[in-house]
Amino acid sequence: MEPLLAITIGVLITCSVYLMLSGHLLRFIFGLVLISNAANLTIFVAGRLTEGAPPLIPEGADAPLGEVANALPQALVLTAIVIGFGLFAFAIVLVFRAWTSLSTLHPDEMELAEPNYGAHAKATKLALKKDTTQ
Amino acid sequence: MNTTQTPLPAGNGFLSGTLPILIAAAIFVFFAGLIPTVAQGDVAQWSVPWIPSLGVEFAFLIDGLSLTFALLISGIGTLILLYSNTYLAGHPQYARFSLFLTLFMLSMLGLVLADDLIVLFVFWELTTITSYLLIGFSHTAEKSRRNALQALFVTGAGALAFLAGLILIGFAGGTTSISGIIAQGDVLRDHALYLPIFILFLCGAFTKSAQVPFHFWLPNAMAAPTPVSAFLHSATMVKAGVYVMARMHPSLAGTDIWLWTLTIFGALTAVFASILALRQTDLKQALAYTTLMALGTLTMLLGHSSGYMMTAFVTFLITHSLYKAALFLVVGCIDKSTGTRDANTLGGLGRVMPLTALAAALAALSMAGLPPFIGFIAKELAYAGSVGAASSPVFVTVMALAANALMFAVAGIVALRPFWVAPGGTYTREPAEVPWQMWMGPLLLAGLGTVFGLVPALIQGPFINSTVAGLMGAGADPKTLKLWAGFNLPLYLSLSTFALGLLLYLSHVKMRRGLEAVFTRVPSLDRGWDSFLAGLKALAAWQTGVIQNGSLTFYLAATFSTIAGGLILTMMISGMPFIEVNFEGLTWKTATISVLVAAGAILTTVTNSRIAAVAALGVVGIGIALMFIVFSAPDVAITQLLVETLVVVLVAVVMLRLPAMTRLEFNAKHAAISGAMGATMTVIILAVLSTPLNRRLSDYFEIASWPDAYGRNIVNVILVDFRALDTFGEVAVVVVAALSAYALLRTTKGPAA
Repeated sequence: MEPLLAITIGVLITCSVYLMLSGHLLRFIFGLVLISNAANLTIFVAGRLTEGAPPLIPEGADAPLGEVANALPQALVLTAIVIGFGLFAFAIVLVFRAWTSLSTLHPDEMELAEPNYGAHAKATKLALKKDTTQ
Repeated sequence: MNTTQTPLPAGNGFLSGTLPILIAAAIFVFFAGLIPTVAQGDVAQWSVPWIPSLGVEFAFLIDGLSLTFALLISGIGTLILLYSNTYLAGHPQYARFSLFLTLFMLSMLGLVLADDLIVLFVFWELTTITSYLLIGFSHTAEKSRRNALQALFVTGAGALAFLAGLILIGFAGGTTSISGIIAQGDVLRDHALYLPIFILFLCGAFTKSAQVPFHFWLPNAMAAPTPVSAFLHSATMVKAGVYVMARMHPSLAGTDIWLWTLTIFGALTAVFASILALRQTDLKQALAYTTLMALGTLTMLLGHSSGYMMTAFVTFLITHSLYKAALFLVVGCIDKSTGTRDANTLGGLGRVMPLTALAAALAALSMAGLPPFIGFIAKELAYAGSVGAASSPVFVTVMALAANALMFAVAGIVALRPFWVAPGGTYTREPAEVPWQMWMGPLLLAGLGTVFGLVPALIQGPFINSTVAGLMGAGADPKTLKLWAGFNLPLYLSLSTFALGLLLYLSHVKMRRGLEAVFTRVPSLDRGWDSFLAGLKALAAWQTGVIQNGSLTFYLAATFSTIAGGLILTMMISGMPFIEVNFEGLTWKTATISVLVAAGAILTTVTNSRIAAVAALGVVGIGIALMFIVFSAPDVAITQLLVETLVVVLVAVVMLRLPAMTRLEFNAKHAAISGAMGATMTVIILAVLSTPLNRRLSDYFEIASWPDAYGRNIVNVILVDFRALDTFGEVAVVVVAALSAYALLRTTKGPAA
C-alpha cells in the first residue's frame, strides 16, 4: 500500500518543484501549496498506514483496544498543515503586494533589492578596463 | 634667511612632540644599561604565562642579537622622532604621526625581544599594520594609499606563510619557546617537516625584507614621509625579515638548501637592486634601492655559517643602519631646504648647508666602504667571508664585488653631487641650512659610523662577539674588526671595488639612459601588481554575476539541484538503501484517490488557466483529505478540508486582482531537476518504509493518554497536553502570519496600473 503513496508523493514533488521554477509568482504559490501537501503526506506515510482504526480510546478502557493507527505522525501533520497554511497566506499576500508595488509577477524582473548583477558585472569590467588603460 | 620661506614652527607641543622623544630616549638608556651584562655573554630573560593551555608564554629575551637591534631601534627612533618634530612641525595630524611612529617602535622592540614564536608573530603583524598606517600617512594622495595597501598585501600574505611556518616549527620543536627550540640543536634540521618549515618561514622573511621577487613594494613604500622611510624602510622594519633569519639561524641554517637559497636570492637582490638604484634620479628612490641591496647582502651573508660571514653580518647590519638612516634624513633635509629631490637638479649645497653636507659626506664614505669608516671594515669582512664561502666563493665574491662597486657609485650620486657639484637646474626657493633638530640626527649617526671605524673595539665586545656567539653557538669564532689587516685578498678586492665604483660613478649619467631604455621594455612586477589587482576585482565581479545574479529562479534551481544531487550522492556513497516494494493491501479506493491526487497535481502544472489551476489544486487537497480519512486520521482530514477551502478562497480573492497567467514554456532543464527531486524523494520514502518502525513514543501516548491526561482522542491529547508547547508555537506562527499579512495589506495603495 505505502509504495503507491510514495509514488504519489514523488509526482507531487516533481510538479511542485517545476512550478516553483517557472519564474511566475502565482505558479510559485501553487507549487508551495503542493509541496506542503507532499511534505505532510511524507510524514503521514512514514508512520505507516492503518485502515479503519483511528487512535481513539473507547469508553471504559484505559488504552486503545487492539492495534490502532499511529497517533504521533497525525499530531505532527496537524501542526504542519496549520503552519503550512500560515506560510501560504503570508506568501500570497506578499505576492499581491509585490504586484501592486512592482507591477510584475515575474521575480526575475524585480530588481529593487538586487540589481541585475549580470549587467553589473559587465559594467564593472568595463570600468576596470578603462582604469587600467588610462 | 630669505623672505619667501616661512619660518618653521618650533615643534608640536609637549604631548605629541616632545613626550615621544623622551619615551624613546628612556628606552634607549634602559637598553644601553644592559650592555655590560650582555657583553659578559649573559642573557636577560623575562616571561609571564599567556596561554598556559598551549604552553605559550609572554616571553622576552635579551642577548647580543636582540640588544643590537633594540639599541638601533630605540636610538635611531629617538633621533627620528626629534627630526620629525621639526620636519613635520605644525602638521595638523602630527599627533597621529607620532602615535603611529611610537607604536611602530614599540612593536619592533617587541619583535626583536620576543622569545616565543606566537609572541614574535603578534609583534611581526603589529609592525606590518603600523607600517601600513605610516606609508599611507598622506592619506589624501591616491598613490600613498595604493602603495600602503601594496606593502600590506605583500607583507601580509608573507605573514600568513610565516605563521604557518612558525606553527610547524613549534610542532616540530615541541615548544613555542624560541630559546627552547634553539637549545635542542638539530631538532628542526633533522625533522621530516624541515622543507615545509623552511619554505614557509622564508616566504615570511623574504616578503618582509623585500627580497627578489617580492622587492617591488619597498621602493613604493617611499610614499611615506622621509623620517618614516629612514626609520622603517631602511633601518628597522625591513630588517625584521633578516632578524628572524638570524634568530633562527642556529636551528635552521647549515643545510644545503638554506645555504644555496639564501645565497642566490640574496645575491640576486643585491645586484639587481644596485643596478636599479643607479637608474633612479630621485634621491629617495635611489636610497630605497640601495636598501634592497643591503638586505640582499645581509641575506646572502646569513646563508653561510662561517665566523667571517657571521661577523660580517653583524658589522654590516650596524653599519648599514647608521649610514642609511643618516642618508635618508639628509635627503629629507635637502628636500625641506630646496623643495626637490631630483639628482639632476641638485648641486652646490655644500656651502649653504655645511652641517648637512658633513653628515652626508661621513655617511656616504661609510656606504662607499672607504677607510677609515666602519663600512670599510664591514666590506673587508664580507670579502674575507666570500673568498672562503661554503657555497661558491667565485659566485659570492663576484656578486659582492658588483654590488659594492655599484654602491660606491650610488653613494657618490646621493651625497657628493648635491653638495659639491654645480647645480643642474634652478631651485624654486633659496636653500638654507636646516634647524639643529634636523641636522643633529644624521650627523650623530654618520659620526658614530666614523668613530666605530676608527675604534672598532667599541662595538667588538658588546655587540659583535655576543651576537656571533649567539648565532654560532659553542664553536663561535668571532673575527676581530680592524682597519688594517695586511696585504691580503680582501684588500685587493676593496681596491678593485673603488676602481670599478669610480668608473661607474663617472659614467652613470650615460648608463642611466641605457638602463632606462632596457627597463621600460621588460615587464615590471609593480605594473604586474596593478593588473593582478584589477584581475582579482574583475574575477570577483564576474563570479558574483554568475553565482549571485539576482535571479530567483536561478537560486531555486541551484538549491533544488544541490538537494537532489546531495541526496543522490549520499545514497551512492553509502550504498543504495535496501528497498522492499510491497503493494499488499492495495484497494481500488486508495488507488483511485492516488490517481486523482497525481492528476490534480499534473493539471495544476500544465494548465495556463488560473481557474483550472485552482480547481486542480482543490482536487489535490481534497484527495489528500480523503487519504487521511481512509487511513484512520479523521482529525487531520477535517483540518485539511478546512485549510483547503481557505486556500481556494484566498487564491480566488487574490487572483481577482492579478493579471492572467502567461503561457508556461516547457523547460527541459527545470523538468530534469524536478524529476530528479521527485524520484529521489520516492526512493527515500521507500527506503524509510523498508526499515522497521520504532513505535515507542506512540505506544507511550496510547497508554498514557487516558490515565495521565483524561483524553480519549489520542491525537488531541498529544496536541494539547503532551506537546502543548508545540501547539502554542504553531498558534503563534499563524498569528504572526496574520499580523504580517494585515500589515502588508494595510499599506497597499491599490493595484498598480
